[in-house]
Amino acid sequence: MVIETQGLSKRYGKVVAVEDLNLRIEAGEVYGLLGPNGSGKTTTILMMLGLTEPSGGTVRVLGLDPVREPLSLKKQVGYLPDSVGFYSEMTAWENLAYIARLNGLPRAEAEARIARVLERMGLAEVAHRPVSAFSRGMRQRLGLAEVLLKEPKVVILDEPTLGLDPEAAQAFLQMIQGLKAEGITVLLSSHLLHQVQAICDRVGLFHKGRLVLEGRVEELAQRVLGGAYRIRLGASPLEGLQARLQALPEVSRVSLEDGEVRLEATQDVRPLVARTVLEAGAALHSLALEKPSLDEVYARYFQEVRHAA
Amino acid sequence: MQLSAGARREGSPWTGVWAVFLKEVADHLSSTRMRILEVLILLSAVGAVYAGARTLQQTVSEDPFLLLQVFTAAQDPLPSFVAFLSFFLPLAAIALGFDAINSEYNRNTLSRVLAQPIYRDALLWGKFLAGLATLALILLALFLLVVGLSLIFLGVPPNTEEVARALLFLLATLAYAGVWLGIALLFSVLFRSAATSALAAIAVWLFFALFWGIIAQLLAQAVSPYDPFRPESELRQAEALVAFSRVSPNTLYAEAIQVLLNPAVRSLGPVLITQLQGALLGSPLPLGQSLLLAWPQLTGLIALTLLLFALTYVLFQRREVRA
Repeated sequence: MVIETQGLSKRYGKVVAVEDLNLRIEAGEVYGLLGPNGSGKTTTILMMLGLTEPSGGTVRVLGLDPVREPLSLKKQVGYLPDSVGFYSEMTAWENLAYIARLNGLPRAEAEARIARVLERMGLAEVAHRPVSAFSRGMRQRLGLAEVLLKEPKVVILDEPTLGLDPEAAQAFLQMIQGLKAEGITVLLSSHLLHQVQAICDRVGLFHKGRLVLEGRVEELAQRVLGGAYRIRLGASPLEGLQARLQALPEVSRVSLEDGEVRLEATQDVRPLVARTVLEAGAALHSLALEKPSLDEVYARYFQEVRHAA
Repeated sequence: MQLSAGARREGSPWTGVWAVFLKEVADHLSSTRMRILEVLILLSAVGAVYAGARTLQQTVSEDPFLLLQVFTAAQDPLPSFVAFLSFFLPLAAIALGFDAINSEYNRNTLSRVLAQPIYRDALLWGKFLAGLATLALILLALFLLVVGLSLIFLGVPPNTEEVARALLFLLATLAYAGVWLGIALLFSVLFRSAATSALAAIAVWLFFALFWGIIAQLLAQAVSPYDPFRPESELRQAEALVAFSRVSPNTLYAEAIQVLLNPAVRSLGPVLITQLQGALLGSPLPLGQSLLLAWPQLTGLIALTLLLFALTYVLFQRREVRA
């Protein structure tokens, strides 16, 4: 177990930031800490690094207590904050050299490592330019270069794709996936659920300081959406079709959206749907299977919570 | 939180101090602020030596402490070197410290730096020592310039005691600069905006430079009012005034260098005529006696620096990393 929390909580006065959090993250996993802004993700991360003190409960990262053994913990854990900043009048190389000195790396070793991580992040050509001239994407990559500088066992990334254009975000996520291949455990937080769902082995959904859902993306979709298969159907005329589709035993839900029918089913029932449409004498325009998205899982879950309340 | 004996935090709080120190000194020395300070240094050194030399060339009497006179002599439009230093150094110290911590917040570098294997202590110590080292460098440059120029202008080499007194004066000045660096550092933790922090520090400086003298007088009058029928009440008021004005680091510094640079000074504060019985007025005190006289002021300055640093430390430890 690489990261383990038990009953972890943090209160700022009367405001509860994190409450009774129990997380277990295995070695080599990519774990996504997901939820809207202000739901307690960053606070959780800061407690794991010993940068803020828990109000209750315990955290262990690599078996170390962040409050009592922060130095050996921070030697092995890399952290990329959500709004990463650098000393803008210094060059990329100088910024990394400072971090290397803070880590106590010997000079020769530090220089070799800096060259290596800058090369890997595609920043070798701009290594000796001041960071003030860097774009947001370059800064983010420099941040990841800094994280890799200490050759960490665990990497914690706070909102790694925030502010990046879609292309840069995808490229950055691929770099993160590359870490998993090296056996590094990755914990990342994000509120852009659809962006990160592809690279996470498991996700935990946060809501108001509580971990409300946890598991693999498909499992969650199965559990919350009631069926993992969602089918989009374009047909005309639609009259009477809805009732016929609803009657199919595998279909759990039928709804109309923008002139299209959306079905939720426990199996891939596309052939069956096609036959039903034709038998009803309607014209079939399109029929497609959708992958469940975490955004929908999240939205649906809270819809249900609200209904129950 | 209760700390049991086995639950001490691991490692040394000094881990990384050297790295922070080197980086901050490099930053200070290459900054535009430093260029401005360097121009000020040069102007003040030349002005001080010019004023001192002009005054001294007009004196004909013999003086065993010619070098010290260069520090304290003023020629009408120009202030003396010492007066200039006590005016300029607080500003220099504030300029080096007012954005020490809040700039790390504003540039979003704090959480990144604190995620490295160091304690917060190291960051604060590194920054404080770097500021102090830079100030020491400025002071030493200024001091050597003045001594060198005065050698050229006056042509009289200083004797051992003069050099010793001048070095002690340098030390006292560094302690005084340390107080203002401590204030600047404290405000850089207290205020999130660098401009607010600079303004607050300058406000404190103005308060002590301009207003504290007046306030001390009012306080002294209020605490021990003058009674024309009791002559000792006048003495008590004078003593109260001295006590109140010593709250200000400016007074402590002024008194300390007055004693160190002028060997004829044998007492600070009010003296009764009976206490002067048998004293040879105007004859110089030996260095050891002068130092003894300035000792409370010197330790006061150093203690104030440490107190300010401790307060800054406690505040910084409790600060949330997140903006």
